Amino acid sequence: MPTLNLLQAVNDALRVVMEQDDRVVVFGEDVGRFGGVFRATQGLQERFGADRVFDTPLAEDGIVGVAVGMALNGLRPVAEIQFADFVYPAFDQLVNEAAKMRYRSGGQFSCPIVVRMPYGGGIRGGHYHSQSPEAYFIHTPGLKVVIPSNPYDAKGLLISAIRDNDPVIFMEPKRLYRAVRGDVPEGDYSVELGKAATVRSGSDVTLIAYGSMVHTVLEAADRMAQDEGLSCEVLDLRTLLPFDIEAVLTSARKTGRVVIVHEAPRTCGFGAELAATISEKALLHLQGPVLRVTGFDTPFPYTLENEYLPNYRRILPAVRKLMEY
Amino acid sequence: MADEIVAYLTDDGKPIPGVDPPPLEPADLLSLYRTMFFNRRFDERMIRLQRQGRIGFFVGSIGEEAAIIGSAYALRPQDWIVPCYREAGAAFLRGFPLRDFLCQVYGNCEDPIKGRQMPCHWVCARLHLASVSSPVGSQIPHAVGIAMAARLRGLDEVALTYFGDGATSTGTFHVACNFAGVFKAPVVFLCRNNQYAISVPVALQTASRNLAVKAEAYGIHAALADGNDVLAMYAVTREAVERARRGEGATLVEALTYRQGAHTTSDDPRAYRSDEEVEQWRKKDPLLRFRNYLESLGLWDSEQETLLERKLEDEFQELVTQVEPLGPPAPESLFEDVYETIPWHLEEQRDWLRESLMYEATEPGL
Repeated sequence: MPTLNLLQAVNDALRVVMEQDDRVVVFGEDVGRFGGVFRATQGLQERFGADRVFDTPLAEDGIVGVAVGMALNGLRPVAEIQFADFVYPAFDQLVNEAAKMRYRSGGQFSCPIVVRMPYGGGIRGGHYHSQSPEAYFIHTPGLKVVIPSNPYDAKGLLISAIRDNDPVIFMEPKRLYRAVRGDVPEGDYSVELGKAATVRSGSDVTLIAYGSMVHTVLEAADRMAQDEGLSCEVLDLRTLLPFDIEAVLTSARKTGRVVIVHEAPRTCGFGAELAATISEKALLHLQGPVLRVTGFDTPFPYTLENEYLPNYRRILPAVRKLMEY
Repeated sequence: MADEIVAYLTDDGKPIPGVDPPPLEPADLLSLYRTMFFNRRFDERMIRLQRQGRIGFFVGSIGEEAAIIGSAYALRPQDWIVPCYREAGAAFLRGFPLRDFLCQVYGNCEDPIKGRQMPCHWVCARLHLASVSSPVGSQIPHAVGIAMAARLRGLDEVALTYFGDGATSTGTFHVACNFAGVFKAPVVFLCRNNQYAISVPVALQTASRNLAVKAEAYGIHAALADGNDVLAMYAVTREAVERARRGEGATLVEALTYRQGAHTTSDDPRAYRSDEEVEQWRKKDPLLRFRNYLESLGLWDSEQETLLERKLEDEFQELVTQVEPLGPPAPESLFEDVYETIPWHLEEQRDWLRESLMYEATEPGL
């Protein structure tokens, strides 16, 4: 089985689906000839031609707006937004148009688009190349939101997202693009949307994360096991909307302690939704409050990004607080 | 091109000397007029229903029938109409059932979109009528995408999108024209310049000498037409559609017209424009003008008009009588079509709604 990094896995997923389905088209800024600024679409234009893999003018609302129209007329567009920080001009097209097309047409139309966007910090990108805007989209009925944390999931989830008949926001942790490698099967396979993965079993506390924070949390779990003798269960959500309620509640009931870790800002971040849901549905199993370790409610900084991002030094006190609660 | 106003009829419906009208058969001319006439009478009746408090809201198109129906008449059944919210006439021309329209306005259990939108937000995938959305200009790039998809799939389809003068100020108008230019998309941008975006006159939307001229900057074709002359609207749109089919790219058509009525039934235009101005434009009324022309050709007379009016009135009354008593959509339908299949959180919320409805049924005092 080949070992790929996350970027290669994304590329492989696009290749596999495009081989099978003529309706899939891939486009965005620098996506065609150059193969994307991160090279996620490298080689696709040579393989599938400039009709199916192409550069667009530099306008995110145009990229998504045109994708919506293509989906109305039978294609399966996969649009790339170069950085998630640049998606806001397309917000109306995603929230009011793509997300609502099925509903507002009484099911006559659907809008099977995938909008890929690298997100998150840790690359010294400052405010405009580091944001995690997932909460805006999770708050939008009609969208699905998917964030992989490793190459195997990235390929399998992206294949599922492209085949899904609803619009999917597919956020790729760019910090991991070349930093994580893993076995990725050749050819076609899928990872079901809406299913979390228990990446480590444990008994003392559940750490819930997604995307890049899965690795931060795993590292923290290792150190806490070693230094504190704590047994952490780690849940990788993979799909945020709709999230895997069964997996979340099963783990919360099992350990009775939950810490949610995400790099997006705290207030109204996805952790708030998870915490509320766990409290509503598993309160009597809990040994203490559901805690959140998140990015701060500040703009994403440049120089102080390591201070901004959740890390072991912030996860450990939260876990200790719960253990002592 | 962008400065010459295409017109075939004078304000009082006489052929303009020296220009040959488009080759339309008498049956076409009558079909155009009947649809325009229907649209006018329909609007008047719907506004009356709103004034009587029987429907909540209505968007009419009085004064703009030629711009809407003349352009739509230049399309073939497979061509797409990507509407703004004022083009019911185009939908009716396509064969959109009046009953469906009324059910949508009432938001009742037979509304094809299950009571999910305000009145006049129609859609029909079968007839290639895309869904009406309220935010201005948001539909314009969809037409480009539809057209690009058609070409990629080898389908002989052109997309025509409607919008008003206000929409030319939006970012999506700009990006759509730009994408269409770059990709030579088989699309027609049809701007109904009805002189107002609610209360704001077109002079406050742009410093351009007209709207059609904007096409130049995007490298697409331009046409400027007398939007109250249905023959001109048919001719320029036909040319734009043919050009798109030949692979020669997009056209921005500006139809010079006037919104004789209010923006919607929620608007009062007397607050921002004079009666004299409206009266000036009424003299250029598209129906009056076309009717004079048809009468001069011996194709139409007041007897036929009276008969048609009576027939429409009977049909309309019959349909309103049918649909008005229909109840609302089933409460559970609220949760359908958010996604292809209902995810767990919406199933849960549907159960909560059911419970609350049962509670209301058992506790009538609440």
